[in-house]
Amino acid sequence: MSDTVLKIENLVAGYVKGMPILNDVNLTLKKGTIVVIIGPNGAGKSTLIKAIAGIVPITSGSVTLGSKNITGLAPHTMTKEKISYVPQSDNIFRMLSIRENLELVLRASTEDTTSRLDELFEQFPILAEKQKQKGGSLSGGQRQLLAVAMALSTRPEIILMDEPSAGLSPKATQEVLELVRNITKTGVSVLLVEQNVKQALRLADHCYILAEGRNQLDGPAAELLNDPVVGEIYLGGKRIVAS
Amino acid sequence: MIQGLLDGILFGSILSLGAIGLTMIMHTLRFANFSHAELLSLGAYVALVFDKVFSVVSPTLDNTIGSLSLTLSLVLAFPLALIITGLSAMLIDKFIFKRIREKGEELSMVFASFGVALIIRNLIGLIFGLKTQLFSDDIVMAVIISLDPLIMVKPDQIMVLGVTLVIMLILHLILTRTTFGFALRAVAENPSLAEVSGIKLSNIVALTWLIGGSLAAAAGIFYGLTNHVNPIVGKDLVLPIFAATIVGGIGSIYGAVLGGFIVGIAGNMALLILPSGYSPAVPFLIIMCVLLIRPNGLFGEGRE
Repeated sequence: MSDTVLKIENLVAGYVKGMPILNDVNLTLKKGTIVVIIGPNGAGKSTLIKAIAGIVPITSGSVTLGSKNITGLAPHTMTKEKISYVPQSDNIFRMLSIRENLELVLRASTEDTTSRLDELFEQFPILAEKQKQKGGSLSGGQRQLLAVAMALSTRPEIILMDEPSAGLSPKATQEVLELVRNITKTGVSVLLVEQNVKQALRLADHCYILAEGRNQLDGPAAELLNDPVVGEIYLGGKRIVAS
Repeated sequence: MIQGLLDGILFGSILSLGAIGLTMIMHTLRFANFSHAELLSLGAYVALVFDKVFSVVSPTLDNTIGSLSLTLSLVLAFPLALIITGLSAMLIDKFIFKRIREKGEELSMVFASFGVALIIRNLIGLIFGLKTQLFSDDIVMAVIISLDPLIMVKPDQIMVLGVTLVIMLILHLILTRTTFGFALRAVAENPSLAEVSGIKLSNIVALTWLIGGSLAAAAGIFYGLTNHVNPIVGKDLVLPIFAATIVGGIGSIYGAVLGGFIVGIAGNMALLILPSGYSPAVPFLIIMCVLLIRPNGLFGEGRE
């Protein structure tokens, strides 16, 4: 249990009061691992990570970071708790330069802006090359790189990512997912929502399947990848129905 | 013609100050605030009150500075007017617009802004009366710069242009060098991403009102100094300020500055060929021409 960095227990959350999208959801994220959440459209995958990030109101249940209860904390405090959130779309500031995008996140945190910028540019040379260009001038894959760099800038312990491969070419998807894998080698844990199930299962250490806002199944990603039921659902399009 | 151009630049600088605050609010909070121009009137009247108070407390402060009609008491009243108007803008948001915003009704905010405009305008009229007032009763003659063509300018106008440019430079430095500037630009573009990036939205919104209100007060005082002060100054300037904002591109502070100058110059130049009764139509013509070519304004960018 000591390597558990994030624990979600009996979470009930939704955008509108009295109409929960998530019902009694449980999830555990361990240090330096990738956990992927998959499920059909409308299962509540994105809502779950938005609830953890403080964007979607939580009705009941708890979100525990290490030993600290962070249930319902405001979104702007998450970076201080060492949690970064990368939204699915609009995840960079198009009108700010690449440098300004990174600088903004650093200025809002307690990091030393100049030295951390140098480190990030060393880690992402393509962003260093284009640092004066507007964020909007980047390709889809480069935008995701910038979004990940922004998330990493505050040295998070956990990164919440909502469909990082959405809208990307297969090559760019591969690059982004490889980057996600490399991130975990430094001890950062990643909670990922992904539509590309096969790639996600190959990448992740553990997988949770949600349907209709509830936990349906979870287990090691490698096992689920070879699970005939999971294979049937995602190859044949059969819908999981909440029990 | 050169006289028209010069007058247009001077008037444009005042419009720019008003438009900067409006574009910040419109872009950050996504609503057309028709009460913004009333903050110009409010700022001018607050300055007028403190100007009189300081003059009474210490008559030596009522002396004009050099060849300007500007008095030391008005110089002292200026920052107070900026602060009080900025704080008033914050309070108006807190008690009116924020409550509507929380219910997610953007159109209701526009209608509410008409109501706020009427309340401010009529309260000023009720308290100070409807007659036109001046910051200084001293008559300052315009200086002849050139006889052929005849170009005249009042020292007050030059001072106003200079101070306006300094204010714009300070604002530029704030936007490009400070954490607040970064945060403001980020919130204006994508509030939810700004929030998960560690920025507290409510603080930025409050500061946006404070700065927008303060700049409006500065514009109102400068207008009063070079023209006059009366309760309908806001009503007279609301359309040119909106035109400057839309022409420059909503959300672009630099666009608002340029838009202010374009509207100011065009309005004055139009007087050379059109009867003065038609001049109120000029801002609309400019809006239509610019939007036909660039739907997001000169510096505006579409949102994803």
